[in-house]
Amino acid sequence: MLKLVRASSLLVCAAALLASGGALAAEKIKIGFPIPLTGEIPKVGESSKYAAELFREEVNAKGGLEVGGKKYPLEFIYENNESKPDTAVNVTLKLIDRDNVLAIIGPQSSRQAVPAGAVANDNETPMVTPWSTNPDATRDRPWVFRAAFLDDFQAPVAANFATKQFSAKKAAVLFEISNDYSKGLADNFRTVWEKGNGKGSVVAFESHGPKDQDFSAQLTKIIAAKPDFIFLPENYSFVALIVTQGRDLGYKGPFMGSDAWGSAELMKLCKDACKGLFFSTHYAAAGAQGATKEFIDKYNKKYGYVPDDVAALTWDAVALITEAIQKVGAVEKNTRKMRKAIRDNLAAVKEFKGITGNMRFDEQGDPVKCAVIVEIDQKGDFTFKESVCP
Amino acid sequence: MEFFLQQCVNALQWGSFYALIALGYTLVYGVLRLINFAHGDVFMVGAYLAFFISTGLLAPEGMFGFSRELALILTIPLTMILTSLVGVTLERVAYRPLMRKGAHRLYVVITALMCGLILENGNLALLGASRRTLPELMDKAVYHIGGITVTNLKLFVVLAAILVFFILHFIVTRTRMGMAMRAVSWDKFALPLMGIPLDRVVVFTFVLGSSVAGLGGLLFAMSYPVLDPYMGATTGWKAFIAAVVGGIGDIRGAFVGGFLLAIVEVMVAAFLPSTYRDLYAFSILLLILWHRPTGIFGKPLTAKI
Repeated sequence: MLKLVRASSLLVCAAALLASGGALAAEKIKIGFPIPLTGEIPKVGESSKYAAELFREEVNAKGGLEVGGKKYPLEFIYENNESKPDTAVNVTLKLIDRDNVLAIIGPQSSRQAVPAGAVANDNETPMVTPWSTNPDATRDRPWVFRAAFLDDFQAPVAANFATKQFSAKKAAVLFEISNDYSKGLADNFRTVWEKGNGKGSVVAFESHGPKDQDFSAQLTKIIAAKPDFIFLPENYSFVALIVTQGRDLGYKGPFMGSDAWGSAELMKLCKDACKGLFFSTHYAAAGAQGATKEFIDKYNKKYGYVPDDVAALTWDAVALITEAIQKVGAVEKNTRKMRKAIRDNLAAVKEFKGITGNMRFDEQGDPVKCAVIVEIDQKGDFTFKESVCP
Repeated sequence: MEFFLQQCVNALQWGSFYALIALGYTLVYGVLRLINFAHGDVFMVGAYLAFFISTGLLAPEGMFGFSRELALILTIPLTMILTSLVGVTLERVAYRPLMRKGAHRLYVVITALMCGLILENGNLALLGASRRTLPELMDKAVYHIGGITVTNLKLFVVLAAILVFFILHFIVTRTRMGMAMRAVSWDKFALPLMGIPLDRVVVFTFVLGSSVAGLGGLLFAMSYPVLDPYMGATTGWKAFIAAVVGGIGDIRGAFVGGFLLAIVEVMVAAFLPSTYRDLYAFSILLLILWHRPTGIFGKPLTAKI
């Protein structure tokens, strides 16, 4: 008798659990964010979270996301990937398995997005990485998409601009060896530059480790090679150190950067040393119009600073995913089926109007979109210099 | 040639930091035979303390609003005093109770590792992940001497490291307290019988080591003004290796080892592809240890310090 009671009570409990679980899954739309809230690039994580929260609050204020005539509130789960590749893999898996999210947005840097993309792809969960520019993040991964342009597009943009702006013939590169983003872009840049200016026109190609703070050995070597400019495909926290140390060693020429410079925190760390430098990126906040301006104003009002490119790209990625969810037409109880439907819709997107510009998607899930060159002016603002379209 | 000399100058500056941290490792090891693995993080705490003290002193709306020169002069002793308090607290809270209970030295070393992690993550929890940057405490001047470029700050750092070394060397070899420190490393148990206050000697050792780490943290934050909670870990480990290569327990060893490690690192990066810097640098150090397992100045089983 006791056995029977126990068994039946267990059954009841299990049924209740299942019911509540099922009901919850049906009521909310869960999206996971494995983002760098601490570590090397904490500001990137903060920007992504702020932009996503802005989106979520806006949608939920209207009662939720409308799918097939019914409204579902959005639930965003933020996990810290500590700016580390291994942690990114772990938290992505956690979001997929434990939290049962419908889709993943993030990680941001290629260093985490390349390994995390493999996890999402293997587990058949749609993932959009907003900020990663390394081709490997999406290559041959049907479940992985991105909102940013690619390094093989960014490298020629930077090279052409430097040729024109500095009348440069000789370039030097300093990059972070353990960072897929930094290394990928540096390699791409070298190929492009040597194609345009002949073999040996990259006079110095130096690297450093992820925890380094002194770059004087590499910079002395670079300066001795007398380049016309130094290309730095680096995260903003390194940029501040490298530029100042280069000036201390007597280098007077220009530095040119890439989209990882565009954090709101760059000028706080770099101060006067970075003024007057250029970098290529996804959007320029100063002088924006239309929906982009609307986003910038909302963000600025809520958080007190102008959103950087990560924030804008995250917004676009969330918009992409929610659009794909809406197109499914109904929220399926079966997460696997739902994930499949979202992926198919993402793959079918032909054109998307984002706040970082219009994008078309190619067969690898990569957007074809314009890049902008930004100048850091004397006030420390990122101002629009020119736009380069493929 | 100019290139080589310039790289030597780079190595001197970088080596000064290794030397300043390695001195702290070696002092504690020399007296207590304890590897204080939290020392790198004490150095990090020093950098953060320097940040708070200098910003506090400089803040125009604050009650002080000092000039930069005065702020720098005050920041140096304040950072050293407060950092030494952190070091002494660690000793008091974590190491002493364990050693009193007769725990094996290994447990104390593991405790030190944990204390380091606590400092790192405590900082992260307290201050957030955002990077801090030290205000400029010194007008930067760049000098060009015959093709070599050096800033006043670099000279200041190297001079400070050399000065600290001579002061420590003097304290350990010429003062009564230094004699007591050497006595502790000889025989901890006979010491109280001679009327030497063991605890006071140990605390004094931690004060010395931590205040030097605090000074190192301040100078580091001035030279590389991007602070993060994990900055002490890697630099600390490398400084520990420097101390071992120099011969841990001997303060000449820490000083020489610090500069040696920096010279090897910088020269490998200068003349070989920088991609392999740490690989080659540490292979070279391994060869040195292979040849002299106790380090350059270390003598097996004799009095250390």
